[in-house]
Amino acid sequence: MSEPESATEARRIATEARDRARFEDEALTFADQVYRVARRLVGSREEAEDLVQETYARAFRSWRSFTPGTNMRAWLLRILTNLNVDRGRRIQRSPQTQQLEESDYYLANKVASAAGEDALEQEQVVERMSQDSIVNALSEISPQLRDVVVLVDIGDFTYADAAQILDVPIGTVMSRLHRGRRALKQKLAEEALP
Amino acid sequence: MTGDPCDKCEEILQEFLDRTLTNDEWAEAEVHLSECGYCRRRYRFEETLRRYVKLSAVERMPPGLMAKLQELRGLDAST
Repeated sequence: MSEPESATEARRIATEARDRARFEDEALTFADQVYRVARRLVGSREEAEDLVQETYARAFRSWRSFTPGTNMRAWLLRILTNLNVDRGRRIQRSPQTQQLEESDYYLANKVASAAGEDALEQEQVVERMSQDSIVNALSEISPQLRDVVVLVDIGDFTYADAAQILDVPIGTVMSRLHRGRRALKQKLAEEALP
Repeated sequence: MTGDPCDKCEEILQEFLDRTLTNDEWAEAEVHLSECGYCRRRYRFEETLRRYVKLSAVERMPPGLMAKLQELRGLDAST
């Protein structure tokens, strides 16, 4: 290789190493948020740790396929949700669970019958539900609905991000979110209310 | 007494809380909320519930995981 060519090559390698390190730095700033979603999609802390590590391993290997300037957090979560579905590790809903079609207000009405219509008293009833029982209720709704609820309500993703991550239309995100929240409230009303 | 569920509320509440309504829809929702006590109570309840569910479900990354992720840096596409 002639002298100028090797200098060009050296510059190219240096630039690539720099871009790559930047990509990795940025990806790692989302680790806590990625873990937060992972933890609620799988059944145990250990599985969540494994899933996050697999996600970052794949992300770091395929960093060139990320388009700079696009939403990296959503890109990472797309890898994560795909890995999770591929490995069949999603928490499965217990088979005896019945899906009742209650209105959105089943839980609200149950709380109102315990606390009356006073907002502060209702708040106290809500906050007497144990945090474990809420996590359990979340793990009992169907995986398809739970993915959306976890992304939007726990992970703070927009409808559009969730649609991109799960590769479904926004309308599907909205209807699953609605059904998922409703299912969650129903579980809470049945199992978590003190 | 809890009052009868309001159909309007079912329709707008989730998107109102998600801040995804258009400006016109938002204005319409505000007007409705100012007139309907049932919806105002449900709105507050939903807000409280969502906040508490999130508080309960968010778990911080375990110590040590970040170090493991750092070790993955530089992984080659062929490995």
